[in-house]
Amino acid sequence: MDAAAALERLREISSQVRAAVIFERGGKIVGSTLGDEGRAKRVAAEAEALLDDAERRRSGADGAAEFAQLEVALRDGSVFVVRDGKRLIVATTAPEPTVGLVFYDLKSTLRELETKPEPAPRKRAPAKRKAPARTARAKKPKPDAKS
Amino acid sequence: MRSRNVLTGVLLGAGSVAGTLVFRRRLARRQERVDVYFGDGSMLSLAKPGEAEPLLRRARQILDLAG
Repeated sequence: MDAAAALERLREISSQVRAAVIFERGGKIVGSTLGDEGRAKRVAAEAEALLDDAERRRSGADGAAEFAQLEVALRDGSVFVVRDGKRLIVATTAPEPTVGLVFYDLKSTLRELETKPEPAPRKRAPAKRKAPARTARAKKPKPDAKS
Repeated sequence: MRSRNVLTGVLLGAGSVAGTLVFRRRLARRQERVDVYFGDGSMLSLAKPGEAEPLLRRARQILDLAG
């Protein structure tokens, strides 16, 4: 499934998600519900900085640990960042969302991206009709033919 | 008469405790915080204004940008 289709599906299944951007570390935008690509890039950059900061705090505590997901709850809404492999998704919601459900929907969206679309069944070429074999038939002698 | 007064007191006490719990829970939910989950199953929750503020600022920026 491509990014646009995955994000469209996310909007269908989750009424809580207001906007979402799928990206890779380094600033590559994979897909976005925001019309403006510049805005999507800035959102991705802020999200990356956010999780870098979060990871630093954890690694400062006891060793390096791989980030999986985060939620920032604010009065005006929540911000979610979820990672699956090399891809990340950042999404915004209204205040006090159903946290577990939003995490699940975002993770599913990233996983759907990984699945390759099933190839369309190949049409079989119509079978060639075999031309009737030309065999030399021995002419039967006519029974009434006098030899 | 006395047992009725005791019952009323107990009910009032229980009601006020339940009300306080609900109020504190709602207040805690409204509090701005950052919850970070890691691949090893551990979780880090930042709610103190000092430690969470830089992350909260970035999140506010994201909310503004996303509209």
